[in-house]
Amino acid sequence: MNLPDILSSIDKAFPEAVLTRTDFRGETTLELRPEHLRPVLALCHSKLAFDYLLDISSLDHLGDDPRFELVYELSSMQHHLHLRIRAKVSEEHLSAPTVSDLWPTADWHEREIYDMMGIRFDGHPDLRRILMWEGFPHFPLRKDFPLEGKSSDVPDVAFTAPAPLEGGPFVTVASGAGVHRREPRARRPE
Amino acid sequence: MIQQAAPLAYDSKIEGNIIFTKLDSAINWMRKNSLWPMPMGLACCAIELMATGASRFDISRFGAEVMRFSPRQSDVMIVAGTVTYKMAYAVKRIYDQMAEPKWVIAMGACASSGGMYRSYAVLQGIDRLIPVDVYISGCPPRPEALLEGLLRLQRKIEGESSLFDQKKQLLEAVS
Repeated sequence: MNLPDILSSIDKAFPEAVLTRTDFRGETTLELRPEHLRPVLALCHSKLAFDYLLDISSLDHLGDDPRFELVYELSSMQHHLHLRIRAKVSEEHLSAPTVSDLWPTADWHEREIYDMMGIRFDGHPDLRRILMWEGFPHFPLRKDFPLEGKSSDVPDVAFTAPAPLEGGPFVTVASGAGVHRREPRARRPE
Repeated sequence: MIQQAAPLAYDSKIEGNIIFTKLDSAINWMRKNSLWPMPMGLACCAIELMATGASRFDISRFGAEVMRFSPRQSDVMIVAGTVTYKMAYAVKRIYDQMAEPKWVIAMGACASSGGMYRSYAVLQGIDRLIPVDVYISGCPPRPEALLEGLLRLQRKIEGESSLFDQKKQLLEAVS
């Protein structure tokens, strides 16, 4: 099995599913309609030999509609293939179907996305925060969450407070002029 | 500190076995030379802490080699690493479980001030939760710096009024 066969099988099974297809440096990306995300991923898993889910990540396109996006990196160990699948998630309906029943590794990836971005996964067996604690009221990887953080308090569990940025964030510059020049400082974008 | 016995009280059996000093000095001398650390290793500073304990740098030269993983047996907590907000109350709980007298060394930039992590997830210095006696700069500090910090702490302990300040309740009870 090769990638063109796989793409045509997806097209045959779900003619409406693929919005755009991008080929860049030998990597193929499909953008799917959100409602076709789960059926296409299930097809990839069961029929198209994508036995390995490398990663799920999420993006926040603040200001765009729909605002969020999920990216699934599929891999086939059997046929040495890679396929990237993307789907948008709107801010009004902030959820996506789980794939943790297809690839068990998706369990923690989805928990991380829920923790950091606030996207819920329908049907997930154990959708708790994974890095922050239960009760933390924010989603820190969103674009509108400030770098220095926000105040919060869950008694006896944890608290947070904004960090002093002193005009920061502190960034360094690429320069051969020595350590003094490269020293991380508060620099305004030019 | 060994005093020459006065000729009148000369007793060859106890010669050289009596030391005259202040109780404070004796207590502090004993305390400072056997500090049992609570290794609160949270990040890469803990690797330097381990190096300090190992043969090349050998923290036992200063009597602090007995790393105790139970707070109830420890005298000095060495906070070595980045204290995240998620870990912060756990560090405080362990500090609260340590028996008095107790001291704290904030080892490295993160434990002292949050270090390079000006972020939503990191406590900006462990001194926001527990009192710190010695701050050690560095990212991470070299073992020599930790040993210097330990010596600074020993010097600080030397100057403490251990009897009147720390045994107040006992003194009130017996007087």
